[in-house]
Amino acid sequence: MAEQQDNLIPIYIMGKQYMVPSTLTIMKAMEWAGYKLIRGVGCRGGFCGACATVYRIMGDPKLYFGLACQTVVQPGMYLAQIPFFPAQRATYDITKLEPTATTLFSIYPEVLRCLGCGACSKACPQEIDVRAYMAAGMRGDIAAVADISFDCIMCGLCASRCPAEEAQYNIAILARRLYGRYLAPRSQHLQERLKEIRAGKFDAELEELKGLSKDELVARYKARDIEPK
Amino acid sequence: MSGYPPEMRESIRKVEATRARRIKETFPAMSLEERDAILQAFHPDYKEETFHALRVGVSKGQRMPIELGKIVEGWPHITPDFDLSEPFAETDVLVIGGGGGGASAALLAQENGAKVILVTKLRFGDANTMMAQGGIQAADRPEDSPAIHYLDVIGGGHFTNVPELVEALVMDAPFVIEWLEELGMMFDKEPDGTMIEAHGGGTSRKRMHSARDYSGAEIMRTLRDEVRDREDDITVIEFSPAVELVLDDNGQAAGAIVMNLETGVYSYIKAKAVVLATGGGGRLHYQGFPTTNHYGATADGVVIAYRAGARLGYLESMQYHPTGAAFPEQILGLLVTEKVRGLGGQPVNAEGEQFVYPLEPRDVEAAALIRECAPVEQGGHGKGVVTPTGQPGVWLDSPIIEMIKGPGTIKKALPAMVRQFGRFGIDITKEPMLVYPTLHYQNGGVRLKPDGSTDVPGLFIAGEVSGGVHGHNRLMGNSLLEITVFGRRSGRSAAAHSQRVKLGAPSLAHVAAWIKELDEAGVDTGVISPILLPDYTRHQ
Ligand SMILES: Cc1cc2nc3c(=O)[nH]c(=O)nc-3n(C[C@H](O)[C@H](O)[C@H](O)COP(=O)(O)OP(=O)(O)OC[C@H]3O[C@@H](n4cnc5c(N)ncnc54)[C@H](O)[C@@H]3O)c2cc1C
Ligand code: SF4
Ligand code: SF4
Ligand code: FES
Repeated sequence: MAEQQDNLIPIYIMGKQYMVPSTLTIMKAMEWAGYKLIRGVGCRGGFCGACATVYRIMGDPKLYFGLACQTVVQPGMYLAQIPFFPAQRATYDITKLEPTATTLFSIYPEVLRCLGCGACSKACPQEIDVRAYMAAGMRGDIAAVADISFDCIMCGLCASRCPAEEAQYNIAILARRLYGRYLAPRSQHLQERLKEIRAGKFDAELEELKGLSKDELVARYKARDIEPK
Repeated sequence: MSGYPPEMRESIRKVEATRARRIKETFPAMSLEERDAILQAFHPDYKEETFHALRVGVSKGQRMPIELGKIVEGWPHITPDFDLSEPFAETDVLVIGGGGGGASAALLAQENGAKVILVTKLRFGDANTMMAQGGIQAADRPEDSPAIHYLDVIGGGHFTNVPELVEALVMDAPFVIEWLEELGMMFDKEPDGTMIEAHGGGTSRKRMHSARDYSGAEIMRTLRDEVRDREDDITVIEFSPAVELVLDDNGQAAGAIVMNLETGVYSYIKAKAVVLATGGGGRLHYQGFPTTNHYGATADGVVIAYRAGARLGYLESMQYHPTGAAFPEQILGLLVTEKVRGLGGQPVNAEGEQFVYPLEPRDVEAAALIRECAPVEQGGHGKGVVTPTGQPGVWLDSPIIEMIKGPGTIKKALPAMVRQFGRFGIDITKEPMLVYPTLHYQNGGVRLKPDGSTDVPGLFIAGEVSGGVHGHNRLMGNSLLEITVFGRRSGRSAAAHSQRVKLGAPSLAHVAAWIKELDEAGVDTGVISPILLPDYTRHQ
C-alpha cells in the first residue's frame, strides 16, 4: 500500500474531509483514511461493478461518475458511493422465451418509456452508449442490444440517473441471453464432439492414459505435436 | 499524451526499434530440463524459508506459504457451545460461495430436486470468476480431442494431477460449453457458428473459448441471472460468509455458521449437504506479492474444511501469473490477460529483446520474467525496467499484435485491457505495457473426488478451493472449466446426498477437538480465522 506522505490532497467522503496521497484510487484513498470497506468493493479491478461512485469537484457544479477502484482522487473531490441500487428485475425461464421484440416488451414494458435523454450514457463508467442500446431495445433489435451492452458490469449508475426509471442493465442481460441462446449461430463442431463423447469414442484412450506411469506420460507429453499459431 | 514518464519512454523506443524484426522471430521454448532449472532458481514456490508445515490436523506436515499456514492453524470465531438448537434457516443444500463454482452447484442441485440456500461473502458475483478475461478450455475442434487435452493438463501440472479428476475435467468440457451456450452465454464465434479458439500457455491445440476479454464476467453474470430466475428454489444471502462448518454427531456435514458482515451476528444455517465453493486466497499476499484476486479471496474454505476433517493437498504450489500490471502504481498486480500473448504479444526486456517463449506454462514464464529483472549478482539478467516507485518489470509488447493480426484487433479482442490502461493515459494499441508476476491462483486446496465429494460425508467441493485437478500448476482456461465441471458435479451429488442422508443432532464437537489439538500441540498463531477480508486500512 502507498505509504508515501508527500503531496496530500483534501477529499470529502460523504461530506467529511480527509487528507490523502494524490496518487491513490478513490478506493485506496478511503482505506488510507481508515475505512475498512465492506460495501462498495468487490473485484478491485474494474470488473464487478460494486464500487460505483458519484462525485463532484469543489466549485464545479457538474456531477461525475466512476469506479472507485479505477479512478484516481483529485483535490476537492466530494464523493458518495452507490453500492446498491434497487432496480427492477423480472424473472423468466430462458428456455421458454422467443428471441423477439414482443418478448422484450412483455418482460420489460418500460423499455418503451425511454426518453432518449442520454443521462445513462453520461454516467456509464464503461463508456457504453447506454442510450443507444436502449434505443435498439425500443426497436426490438436484440442483437444490437446484446452487442452494444456487452461490456456492462452491472454497476447500476445508469439506472440511478434515469428519469424513466429503467433498469437498463437487466434489460441488457436479458437481450444478451436471448442472443446467446437463440440468435447466435450454433457451433457444429461442438455438436459433433458431443456425439463422439456420448458414443464412447475417447473412452479407451482415456483409460489408457490414466494407467500410464509418469515416465510414459512424460514421453507422450514431449512427443505432442503443437498446432501452429 | 503518453502515460509513461520520460525514462520509461526511452526504453519504449528500443522496443519500437526492434518490433519489425521481432515479428519474424520466435524465441525457442524451453526443454523440460531447462524448465526445471529455472523454476528451482527463480520461482517463489522454491523459496524454502517462506513455507510452513502444518503442525495439527489430518494433513499434518502439508507445506504451504507461511501466511496461509498461520490462518489454517488459527482459532475459530465461535466457541463449541454455540447454540445450534434454533437454526436461522434450513435447506437441503447449502452452497457457500457466490462465484462461478457456487452458482453452477446451486443450479444443478436445484435441477436435481433440492431446495438451495447460497451464502456469499460480498455481493453475489464479487468473485474471481467475474475477473477472468482469457477464456475457458474445451477440446471440441476436430483437430483436438479430450485425450490431447488430458496430456496438456497433466504435463502443465508437472504430472502430479489426480488422473480421475483430469479425466472428468476434459470429458465434461464440451458439455459445459454447450450448457453455457444454452443458458445464453455469448461465445466468440465465426459467422457460421464455429467457435473462435486460441492457444493458451501450455496448450498444444487451440481450445480457448472466449467472450471478448470478459469471459469470466460473461459466465458469471449469465449463471447469476439464471440463479435469480430460480428464486423459488434458490435463496441467495449476501454479505454472510461462512465461518465454520457444522457436522452432525456422525461427522456428516449439517450446515454452517455464517456471520452477517455488517452486524457481526453469527447464525446457524442447517442443511443436509454442503457445497464449499469459496475460491482462492490471493489476498493473503504470499511473500508480499500483489495479487489479481478479488477482495474476498482469503482462503476461508481451506480453513473451515480442514477443521471439519477434510484433507488438503497441493498447497505448496501457488500460481504467480507472469503478467501482472507493474505500472501505473494504481493498478499494480492487476491481471494483464494471457490472451495478449495468445494473440502474438511478446515479453521483451529493457533493450527491446525477447528473452522467453511467450507461452511457456505459467510458472516457467513467471520465473523467466523474475530472472530477467533480477540483478546479475543474484544470477539474474538485470534487464528489467524500473518504475519511478522502484517496481521492476518487463515490457509486454502489445502493438505488435496489430502488425500481426491487423489494425483494430486489440480493441475488438481486448476491450477490458484497452479501457484499464486507457484510464491512466496508456494506449496499449500504440505502447507496450509494463508487467511483472503477480499472485494469481491457488493450485491446491481441499482434496476432492470426481463426484465432488470430500473426506467429510455430505461435504462437496468445487473450484479454486479444491486441490488435485491441476496438480502443481494450472493452465489458463482450465479453471473456468473446473468451476463449471465440478460445480455441476458437486451440485448434483449434493442434491442426491440430501435426499438419502439421515442427519443426526448438529454438533460443533470438531471445533472443540480442534481447540484441544491446538492447545496440546502448543500452537497459537494469534489469529482468528477465517479472516474474511484483508485489512488495508492505514494504522497510524
Ligand atoms: C484476474 C483473474 C483472471 C483469470 N483469468 C482466467 C481465465 O482466463 N481462465 C480461467 O480458466 N481462469 C481464470 N482465472 C481463474 C478463475 O477465474 C478462478 O479460479 C475461478 O473463477 C474461481 O472460481 P470459484 O467459483 O472457485 O471462486 P470465486 O469465483 O472466487 O468465487 C468464490 C466466492 O466465494 C465467496 N466466499 C469466499 N469466502 C467465503 C466464505 N467464507 N463464505 C461465503 N462465501 C465466501 C467469495 O466472496 C466469492 O464470491 C482468473 C482469475 C483471476 C483472479
Ligand atoms: S437515462 Fe433513461 S430515459 Fe434517458 S436515455 Fe437512458 S434509459 Fe432512456
Ligand atoms: S450500462 Fe449501466 S450498469 Fe452497465 S456498466 Fe454502464 S452504467 Fe453500469
Ligand atoms: S471493485 Fe469491482 S469494479 Fe471496482
